[in-house]
Amino acid sequence: MGRSVTTQRKAFNTLFAWGIGLLIFFPILWTILTSFKTEATAIADPPVIFFFDWTVENYVVVQERSNYLRFLWNSVIIAGGSTVLGIIIAVPAAWSMAFVPSRRTKDILLWMLSTKMLPAVGVLYPIYLIFIKLGILDTRIGLVVVMMFINLPIIVWMLYTYFREIPGEILEAARMDGASLRAEIIHVLTPMAIPGIASTVLLNFILAWNEAFWTLNLTAAKAAPLTAFIASYSSPEGLFYAKLSAASVMAIAPILVMGWFSQKQLVRGLTFGAVK
Amino acid sequence: MATQHSRSAARIMMAPAVILLLGWMLIPLTMTVVFSFKKYLPMRGGDLGWVGFENYARFVTSSSFWPAVATTLIVVGGVLLITVILGVLLALLLDQPMWGQGIVRLLVISPFFVMPTVSALVWKNMFMDPVNGIFAHLWKFFGAQPIEWLSNASVTSIVMIVSWQWLPFATLILLTAIQSLDSEQLEAAEMDGAKAVSRFGYIILPHLARAITIVVLIQTIFLLSIFAEIFVTTQGSFGTRTLTYLIYQRVLESQNVGLGSAGGVYAIILANIVALFLMRIVGKNLDT
Repeated sequence: MGRSVTTQRKAFNTLFAWGIGLLIFFPILWTILTSFKTEATAIADPPVIFFFDWTVENYVVVQERSNYLRFLWNSVIIAGGSTVLGIIIAVPAAWSMAFVPSRRTKDILLWMLSTKMLPAVGVLYPIYLIFIKLGILDTRIGLVVVMMFINLPIIVWMLYTYFREIPGEILEAARMDGASLRAEIIHVLTPMAIPGIASTVLLNFILAWNEAFWTLNLTAAKAAPLTAFIASYSSPEGLFYAKLSAASVMAIAPILVMGWFSQKQLVRGLTFGAVK
Repeated sequence: MATQHSRSAARIMMAPAVILLLGWMLIPLTMTVVFSFKKYLPMRGGDLGWVGFENYARFVTSSSFWPAVATTLIVVGGVLLITVILGVLLALLLDQPMWGQGIVRLLVISPFFVMPTVSALVWKNMFMDPVNGIFAHLWKFFGAQPIEWLSNASVTSIVMIVSWQWLPFATLILLTAIQSLDSEQLEAAEMDGAKAVSRFGYIILPHLARAITIVVLIQTIFLLSIFAEIFVTTQGSFGTRTLTYLIYQRVLESQNVGLGSAGGVYAIILANIVALFLMRIVGKNLDT
């Protein structure tokens, strides 16, 4: 039996929690509201919260002036490309570690994790130099590769924790029935692994989308994704609140929605299976 | 169970990931270590030869080193303190029965998905601006003089922005941990007349200890290398230069690669000390 709760207490909890929740969400809400104001309304004193003439003009202006779609496309390519590339490399590795573990599996996993902890600034110049030498500074392909490396440890780890939950008996049964390794992977493993792979893709897409060290330092005009696009608003364009807000909303909206779907995976992915 | 055949297949399947990561780690790391022993000024003569440990000594004796260490400690420590304490409270709150729990959860975790450049700029301009920011309006409403947040309370401002970004992470993990708590134990304690405070102190908090440790360690690693939040707000001025930002300035702004690389090696050692503790916990978890 669960603890019985009075309606009164539940109502109080609800009120209190919604208040706190809205307070935490307020900066995002405020940004969304401001993006539909005119610049004059945006800096009105006292601030106008809800009753103003809603306009979508800011969104149009942001796209026209700064070619927002190009930055969006760069973000999609960089986040998407790095995730796909990472999955292709990580699936076989995670599969073999989960199903054919050896004495060194644990050490390899922990070592992979340790590469994730390397502070980026410590290797900034070498990467910068390598990029110049290879002629991939400010290119999307360069960023795809770097993002792939940044997230590969997390991808391997997440897949590993998912794969380990697939019962080994099923694979043995398939083997007994004479399934080849290939058939085993395609017909038995893949269908069971799809949900885990999908979650991994989702979380890593989000992480790559929001990454703001390498994207700021390795891109300029051509390959800049949305993180760098927004950074260009730091001054003096940042004082145009309505346009800053419109640009911000466009940069975070798709990922916010994806993020809402990935709460559970977030815990698993970022604690490396230590909290479930 | 594994046959010789599947073992060698497994090795081949693992190879690309291992080799690539090994290269990604070793090549830049080796270069950084090599640079750190050189006088290397790309804009002023390039590679000017070996200088031994001179860069390491200069990095820690420069006048900006200790302030950077202090700022780093305040930012990391401040954010940890705020996110863990508020995270525990929020997790407890969200665990209570209520209407619309799912939606409140979504509201609370949202800041985590906002890209760092957006959250920094929104806070900087729309909240902390001394003329048109929300805080300025609030202060004026209560008859107080608005604060110039990013110049007069700069480190506090950075701590606020970063805490807002990381509070969802702490909350979500602590909430997951609370929900795994055996509710019968709590009920038994309640029946025996244990007060809410002692239930929290003797049952919930000990249960959360491990999750809190994990939150602290993971956040420390990420917080040590925050960059965008400073880059788009103060650019390291007004005492907001952290170690990461100092190294960035040495390497890319003043193009003193030798000196910056020595700083980079310090940062790598520091991060590894924290990582070691984290790996212990994660490693233990792998055995079970």
